Amino acid sequence: MTVIFFLIAAIAVAGALAAVLLKHLVHSALAVTIAFGGLALMFLSLDAQFAGFVQVLVYIGAVAILIVFAILLTRGADLPREGVFSSTWLTGVVIAAAVFSVIGWAVINSVNAIPQQSEVPNVSVHDIGVALVGPYVLPLEIVALLLTAATIGAAIVAMHEKGGSE
Amino acid sequence: MTPLAGYLLVAALVFAIGLAGALVRRNAIMVLIGIELMLNAANLNFIAFWRYGPHPEALTGMMFAIFSIAVAAAEAAVGLGLVIAIYRHTHTTEIDKINRMKG
Repeated sequence: MTVIFFLIAAIAVAGALAAVLLKHLVHSALAVTIAFGGLALMFLSLDAQFAGFVQVLVYIGAVAILIVFAILLTRGADLPREGVFSSTWLTGVVIAAAVFSVIGWAVINSVNAIPQQSEVPNVSVHDIGVALVGPYVLPLEIVALLLTAATIGAAIVAMHEKGGSE
Repeated sequence: MTPLAGYLLVAALVFAIGLAGALVRRNAIMVLIGIELMLNAANLNFIAFWRYGPHPEALTGMMFAIFSIAVAAAEAAVGLGLVIAIYRHTHTTEIDKINRMKG
């Protein structure tokens, strides 16, 4: 529980809150990028350098750009007349608060039951690479197949239809 | 409070914010942003348990988080493609107005 932890946690939570609360979709996309960056800093502070840089590359580099593209392609930057929050927003907030209180209660009550070691794990990128092509080679291949299928599927779904209304 | 509990509480907070965003906002893209925040919170849990768990050299939590990031990227691509396809049919991304299954 250091000052750095609280600073990083503040960045991540503030970015997430701003993403949900800001009215303009482009501002939300920028705020969620800040939240992704805060979570990448959290991974780095947990001595998971590889996961932290994967987070920067995939989320800040790809997912945030995808979101911006989707906003531009759907004219989502226009503010709707009825407001940005749905008519049942109170129910949503209550459900989210209930979920947070249940998880928080469970975490605080089970802290002593979890085994904790405090020394830094000695894991290099080399070890991760060996594990990826060793015991985890089947999941790696399945993820490669899934990513290929998802890329082709997304391109086909978003492609213009021939002879459509446009 | 132990460091692990701190990370788990931050993850729970980000998860709840993402859930609220997915439930409260009108726009389909905001719902996807909320889902991405929830997936990120789950990844933070994986990494925190890997770091403070009994066998970090087994790399289990780290691998799970890396595969989860890859699946989340695929989910984002397909989800945003679907939003664009729906927008082309209905000319709106507001979920309240997308209430017909006929194209």
